[in-house]
Amino acid sequence: MDESARAQAVSLMDRRKALNAFRIGDALFHRITWSAAIFVLLLLGAIIGALIWGAAPALSKFGFAFIYSERWSVNNEIFGALSPIYGTLMSSLIAMLIAVPVGIGIAIFLTELCPMGLRRPIGIAIELLAGIPSIIYGIWGFFVLAPFLKEYVMPALDEWLAPVPILNVIFEGPGYAASLLTAGLILAIMVLPFITAISRDVFATVPPVLKEAAFGVGCTKWEVVRNVVIPYTRVGVVGGVMLGLGRALGETMAVTFVIGNSKRISFSLLDPATTISATIANEFQEASGMYTSALLALGLLLFGITFTVLAISRVMLARLDKKAGA
Amino acid sequence: MIVNGYSRRKTRNAVMMGLCWAAAIFGLSWLLLILGALVWNGIAGLNLSVFTEVTPGPNSEGGLKNAIVGSLILTGLGVAIGTPIGMLAGTYMAEYGRHSRITNYIRFVNDILLSAPSIIIGLFIYQVVVVPMSNFSALAGALALAVIVIPVVVRTTEDMLLLVPLPLREAAAALGLPRSHVLLKVSYRAARAGLITGVLLAVARASGETAPLLFTALSSQFFSLDLFKPMASLPVIINNFAGKGYANWQQLAWTGALLITLSVLTLSIAARILSAQRTQK
Repeated sequence: MDESARAQAVSLMDRRKALNAFRIGDALFHRITWSAAIFVLLLLGAIIGALIWGAAPALSKFGFAFIYSERWSVNNEIFGALSPIYGTLMSSLIAMLIAVPVGIGIAIFLTELCPMGLRRPIGIAIELLAGIPSIIYGIWGFFVLAPFLKEYVMPALDEWLAPVPILNVIFEGPGYAASLLTAGLILAIMVLPFITAISRDVFATVPPVLKEAAFGVGCTKWEVVRNVVIPYTRVGVVGGVMLGLGRALGETMAVTFVIGNSKRISFSLLDPATTISATIANEFQEASGMYTSALLALGLLLFGITFTVLAISRVMLARLDKKAGA
Repeated sequence: MIVNGYSRRKTRNAVMMGLCWAAAIFGLSWLLLILGALVWNGIAGLNLSVFTEVTPGPNSEGGLKNAIVGSLILTGLGVAIGTPIGMLAGTYMAEYGRHSRITNYIRFVNDILLSAPSIIIGLFIYQVVVVPMSNFSALAGALALAVIVIPVVVRTTEDMLLLVPLPLREAAAALGLPRSHVLLKVSYRAARAGLITGVLLAVARASGETAPLLFTALSSQFFSLDLFKPMASLPVIINNFAGKGYANWQQLAWTGALLITLSVLTLSIAARILSAQRTQK
């Protein structure tokens, strides 16, 4: 065997080695990324599993009474979650009643009315505000909004609405600084940027030619929005609203300060109440045994509610994406 | 009749558009009010001792040094743990598994994680880390923040890699580069600004989170660097200080809130500038 043949054999060997190394590296990298992806799947499973595991003692002891019973007695170890559930749903309802029309209104303003030069700055400002941590809204609500409402707004509401049936029960005074109304307002302010940003984005998916055609036959701006933009983007707007609702239902820090943490269900919005997340945040550290399990069951309940809402929102937004892509 | 209908339509249009203007003014003024109160109340307490002294007891002098350092450690560690996992998972979804069904499931699950209530994450980490280790620790807090960070990074990584044009990858593959090299040397490089944007957004998100830290990292009145002990952080200190009736605590809560907001806004603006540069190129 002469020199050059040997050199060739060696270089072939090296080459095979190098290619092998590439192949192994490739397979390895594929596996690693795959594992990370599976990890994300397992993470959700683990969260649900850990919550069920922790909640099991309370759920097996109280059964369905956990959901419909109002009694929350730490000393007797009797836990019913009706009051936090009521507070969570009511505060989110108030938030949505305010934030949805205002958010969609701002989105219409941004896509149809706003002077071109201001569109980007206002849009960016809203997106930045969506990123502000919720505790900031919480302390603002606690120090600024709640005292203001108690001092000026609540007495007025109580007085004006006293002769109106139904409304006089809902807004029955004297009114507390920390109340369902305050919490609902703070939540509304907090989810407003989310709803605005998503509505604006979905309004932007309307093909200009549709709007131009409507303007061309003489529609007013409102008629274009009402009959072209909103029908076209309906699923997307609902998806965005649901996303905001998911946020509001699960929000903790903005609410804990301003809801008053009372386990008594009152039909007046001016009375203190509590939400699932506020109950957990306030009581978890001092809890033990069955108490802890009951709070974890609350957590599981909250996760169940938000999971459903968010899943619906995703499906609706995905449907709009498909439409925009087609 | 026609004239009448015409003017009615015009009035209706004017009313509705007026309402949209009102909505914009109403909504934006709330947000301005919040920022205004934050700056007004926060700046009053902003001085050097905020950065050099630890959190005080009621009605005594002090600062936020332990909380600031604690926030930096918790956020840094959380992002350091969460980013690689999130990036690899996002890479799988955009590159290897682009057309597989499992990617759709992961995307759905990731979206759920992205908007899941953060207090749930806190409960989860309490169950799987704090209970087995039988004490509250900075490590548990960092892991909770990592769970917050992962979905943010997965989302941006996938989105950014999907934006990298296919011909770039094909050209690299045609040169005989193995898939992993195509990824590391071509896809990642092309998407670099976007990936960094994602990490910045994740830092912004993690640095303001309070609820996941309440029962994991807890808080501490002392300056501590020990990862196996409770650790103070700005959001939790704000939470603990604001509700009590001591003037000095409330002042520190406002100042802390201003610090967090400024850093979150800076990070989001930086992320925005970065991604704007990318689109210009």
